[in-house]
Amino acid sequence: MTGTAAAPARGLLRDIRQLVLFTSKRLIALFLTVLVGVYLTILIANMGGQVDELRLVQIQSTVAEQVRADPAFFDMSLQERNELIERQAQFEVERLRLDQPFIVRSVDYLQQAIRLDLGRAEHMHSDRGAREVYWIIVERLPATLLLFGTANLLVFFTSVFIALGLSRRYGSALDRSVIALAPTSAAPGWFYGIFLILIFAFLIPVLPAGGMVDVPPPEGTLEYAASLLRHMLLPLAAMFISTIFISIYSWRTFFLIHSSEDYVEMARAKGLPSRLIEQRYILRPTLSPIITSFALMLIGLWSGAIILEQVFNWPGLGTLLFQAIGHRDTPVIIGTVVIFAYLLAITVFLLDILYAMLDPRVRVGAGR
Amino acid sequence: MRPILEGLRQLARYPSALVGLLIIAALVGTAVFTVVTIPYGQALELWRGGEVWRMHPVNARPVWVDRIAGGDLPRTQVISSRDAATDHEPFEGGSRVRIPLEFDYAHKGFPSELNLFLTSEFAEREPFVRLTWETPDGREFILGGRRLARDERISISQDWGLERRLGRVPHVGLFAEPGAEDVPEALPGRYRLVLDAIVFEEQATIDADLVVYGRVHGLAGTDHQRRDLMVALLWGIPVALAFGLLAAVGTTVTTLVIAAAGVWYGGWVDAVIQRLTEVNIILPLLPVLVMVGTLYSTSIWVMLGVVIALGIFSAGIKMYRAMLLPIREAPYIEAARAYGAGNARIVLRYMIPRILPVLIPTFVTLIPSFVFLEASLALLGLGDPVLPTWGKVMNDAQTQSALYHGFYYWVLSPAALLMLTGLGFAMLGFALDRVFNPRLRAM
Repeated sequence: MTGTAAAPARGLLRDIRQLVLFTSKRLIALFLTVLVGVYLTILIANMGGQVDELRLVQIQSTVAEQVRADPAFFDMSLQERNELIERQAQFEVERLRLDQPFIVRSVDYLQQAIRLDLGRAEHMHSDRGAREVYWIIVERLPATLLLFGTANLLVFFTSVFIALGLSRRYGSALDRSVIALAPTSAAPGWFYGIFLILIFAFLIPVLPAGGMVDVPPPEGTLEYAASLLRHMLLPLAAMFISTIFISIYSWRTFFLIHSSEDYVEMARAKGLPSRLIEQRYILRPTLSPIITSFALMLIGLWSGAIILEQVFNWPGLGTLLFQAIGHRDTPVIIGTVVIFAYLLAITVFLLDILYAMLDPRVRVGAGR
Repeated sequence: MRPILEGLRQLARYPSALVGLLIIAALVGTAVFTVVTIPYGQALELWRGGEVWRMHPVNARPVWVDRIAGGDLPRTQVISSRDAATDHEPFEGGSRVRIPLEFDYAHKGFPSELNLFLTSEFAEREPFVRLTWETPDGREFILGGRRLARDERISISQDWGLERRLGRVPHVGLFAEPGAEDVPEALPGRYRLVLDAIVFEEQATIDADLVVYGRVHGLAGTDHQRRDLMVALLWGIPVALAFGLLAAVGTTVTTLVIAAAGVWYGGWVDAVIQRLTEVNIILPLLPVLVMVGTLYSTSIWVMLGVVIALGIFSAGIKMYRAMLLPIREAPYIEAARAYGAGNARIVLRYMIPRILPVLIPTFVTLIPSFVFLEASLALLGLGDPVLPTWGKVMNDAQTQSALYHGFYYWVLSPAALLMLTGLGFAMLGFALDRVFNPRLRAM
């Protein structure tokens, strides 16, 4: 802050101008990033246009099937019927605009995707029967958010809390035993999930092996919630076991490094109570990395969810994406990736702003 | 090199590092042993399944599992006509052959299946054979007769007529103690399957193998295709190690080199690298891999390539960049420039070695995550279709509902190996972290 008491308003104005400039720069950069990422996905999901060849063959055979099965066309001659098939297929090709080169259409896909106009699914439909990709995704989103949101919040707060405690008791038996457990996190959640299913669903059948609610779903809200909770316990436990120790380990290390900083030593030397030191001298300056990792974890675990959702048969976005890829349902694949890209971009953007607010050292426009 | 050697010497003070090293050494040793004893081609051949495994039982559990549970389940017995006292009785234009296939059966439980494999050599006229089953207490069952082709497989267990006559599936009915209870028990003693054959040529021969399939097999058990799981468990080790190691080396080294180049050249090179990284972070790794696996190829080497390609511009680049930026300004770099070192030399010989020690722990802890990634892909059904791996075994188990049917060994043994590998590398990695991370060492 170079602004003297005489010109605080000018300093504020300059800050705001810099903030706006910075924000718009970041927004443009992020937008371009999303654009490239989504375009790459479109290329991959269409196999560089090869999916279209498959689709053409498919259209041909479906149309031929329809015409042959329709009693209205039974008395047509073979040639007439073939012409009809040809014509119908042509309509379909034009409707899907498969007659245009892939590059042209890929740009179309891109701008539609960016506008979140996700189009209609080719094979899949939502549980209510809608063909719009938007509805298919929206229907699955709550399941994923519920499970992974709960798990991540649980892991995050437990680990930060325990890590703070452990960093104070550095070298104690408790500390060492928790650290010794850290290598167990080498295995991902689904791995523990398999064991949990084995134990709690087959050896001691107390919990369901998969799914989100009982079939058929219970009528009352309370029963529904209870059933949901029972189904959530195992996947939650699996994720918790697989991430909690590594999380505690890394936070403990992080806090240890920060609690050996000079200003913390100084506060200790002054004789401040340890609770105050913890809150004001350790937690406050480390808040921005904590929040970063929190936000990135929320997003990051999403992509690992495919297998866990598969193992537990959880009807979330991961399962959806896997099914979509299996059905070669390109609009659904692209739709999910677009949503993911946007989520990540928004997170990164919010983080940038949060940093500026939280940490006076990371000032707008300062440094590179 | 000296700081690395120094660090390795310190490693001996950490018991977890030693345990980790021990595990890794054992795995590498077994992997070498496996590759030498079962060559690659043979492993693929075996894993394809089929005729090779016809003498093996279906879904047999490992022997030691049964012993621990205190059970006494039968093992597979193969009774060959080559060891039997064959009787030849020649007559005009042929001979009468009598092959008694005798064996002892000493279990309370029943075998899982009963098959007879017959091979005969003849020029024109097929031999004719009649089968009689004799139990230890002297009862006889006529199993019927038939003409033989050159290779014949008689599935006694699937003989519906016999099943109706016995009132039970043949491999239970033929061994059951007489006096039908609800829960039958096998009668121990010497059983005999007598083959009475007539061959119509002087040179014609008949060979028979009676297979009494057990319910336990070997150290690893078998799967639904009769394949010995040991093949997959053993071959899973070199595959997992190779995949994990190559992926970890490939991603960390290239990432480091690119980050260093970006820092050194700066300007647009750095900008391009940073933007590429951001795009790559937006692309979720697993869905892209699933896409590649479903749409293009599930070959493990293609997957490895994609993993490395996507791993190059990972978040690690940002971390290394932050570490390298201060090094760039270091006086010794300036000295190197002063004596006229080229750009490549500065990047490769002066910048990268400076942060190499920091890289080693990350690299070691990365290996298990790639090992598990391979298993994850296989679990999704995107494993290499020809290669026997742990993930493939677990995927087979999953699709055959192994847990539901109680074939726990099928899931647990590959899982245990995965966990062992993961733990070995993770333990070593965490110890290395404490050695090489100077800030942790200071405390």
